[in-house]
Amino acid sequence: MAQFRIPGPLRRLSDGEVTVDVEAHDLASAIEALDARYPGFRDRLLDENGDLRQFVNVYLNDEDVRLGSGLQAKVGDMDEISIVPAVAGGT
Amino acid sequence: MPKVIGLRCRECGAEYELQATHVCEMCFGPLDAVYDRAALKKVVSRQRIEQGPKSMWRYRDLLPIEDSVNVVTLGEGLTPLVKADRLGAELGLRNLYLKNDSMNPTNSFKDRVVSVAISWARAHGFETIACASTGNLANAVAAYAARAGLECFVFIPVDLEPAKVASISVFDPNVVAVRGNYDDVNRLCSQLIESTPWAFCNINIRPFYAEGSKTLTFETAEQLGWELPDEIIIPIASGCQFVRHRQAAGELLEFGLVRGDRVPAFTGAQALGCAPVYNAFHSDTPDRVLPVKPDTIARSIAIGNPSDGVYVNRIARDTGGVVEAVTEDEIVDAMRLLARTEGIFTETAGGVTIGVLAKLARAGRWRGDEVVVAYVTGHGLKTADVLASANGHARRVEIEPTMKSFREKVTI
Repeated sequence: MAQFRIPGPLRRLSDGEVTVDVEAHDLASAIEALDARYPGFRDRLLDENGDLRQFVNVYLNDEDVRLGSGLQAKVGDMDEISIVPAVAGGT
Repeated sequence: MPKVIGLRCRECGAEYELQATHVCEMCFGPLDAVYDRAALKKVVSRQRIEQGPKSMWRYRDLLPIEDSVNVVTLGEGLTPLVKADRLGAELGLRNLYLKNDSMNPTNSFKDRVVSVAISWARAHGFETIACASTGNLANAVAAYAARAGLECFVFIPVDLEPAKVASISVFDPNVVAVRGNYDDVNRLCSQLIESTPWAFCNINIRPFYAEGSKTLTFETAEQLGWELPDEIIIPIASGCQFVRHRQAAGELLEFGLVRGDRVPAFTGAQALGCAPVYNAFHSDTPDRVLPVKPDTIARSIAIGNPSDGVYVNRIARDTGGVVEAVTEDEIVDAMRLLARTEGIFTETAGGVTIGVLAKLARAGRWRGDEVVVAYVTGHGLKTADVLASANGHARRVEIEPTMKSFREKVTI
């Protein structure tokens, strides 16, 4: 099982759960599994083209997935997937 | 009546009560402070500003700090706007100005945003101030926290320049050196806001913090005799301040502080070693800013995953500006060019700004009579290590303390 870390603003969708375990082989299927368990996540994370939304960062074991294979990134057992709002930092 | 009445999502328009939060729960878009504009319209005037303090707080009516709040100030802002005739002559610009924000209390632009952020945080009961920083922000936060008597945690990349670490540490904050780059630091802090009761200047209280940026453009207009310039060159890190400068120009027009209805062209400057906004601007999809791994001497603006990059590209395009980038050599050349022609020593980020100015001028972007302003946002002593040592300087000679030696070795 891989584990999602859910940020505060999205915990209303996960009944307050901070972490959610999913069975998946890549990030796209992980998001599908998360949405199947707690409906609404897909719309919050993906845009109408099925790409990651502009203001969402997703980290697979602390690596920004946009720097790697994106939604095709392979997800294995024990992997941690963190969802983090992108609007932060700098001036 | 309070002048700041809430927060609103820049993307979907959802409204929130005034609180320490920075993202929309609906769409993750950025939240902005919402002012009672009708009330502001009744009080904002040139006369009121000109009679205000000789600092950026003369624009207090347009900042998210209520009148009853004691501000935390070290005299930030109202930095020199200098007409750059010698640099202008080299670049074919007759009306070139430099806004020298390295003259702020901790020698960077960041004092503006931090003065607002810490004033807001203290007024709202926070006891600890924190930030994710590439160096300059941590320096400002540490200084202003000391001034305010608040607890302070600054998070920095572990390999920050030694000069910046020293000028942070002297204020005795808790320094957390993170093994990673700025984007790693920023992600960690974005997660920490959920488990700490702290005000992170550029995260959970970002909607207020960012507003301080506007004063740089307000001052530029006032110092030009209440006129907006034709074009402004601004360094791009997250793009946050770029957005606020566009907003500031809009407010100057909205409140009748400047004449006419013309908005300047807003042009962004990046280092090619960390140019995600520039890459997107020149691609087919400027609304998709893809992250990069930063590799540049311009450390203070080395943000590989810029939160406001999309907005920068929209603003640059809509105002007739561009986003340009320069090489590492061009950054150092520009630092030397600025020092040699105008007597101003700027850090590497300033080298990026001046490098882009020079590159665009030499490429024929301007006729020559336009009013162009470049924002010089940090002092050269912060990054002096990137310059060759004094021994390597071509015009240096070493002599005995005798007249003979002087005559032999020095060409006059």
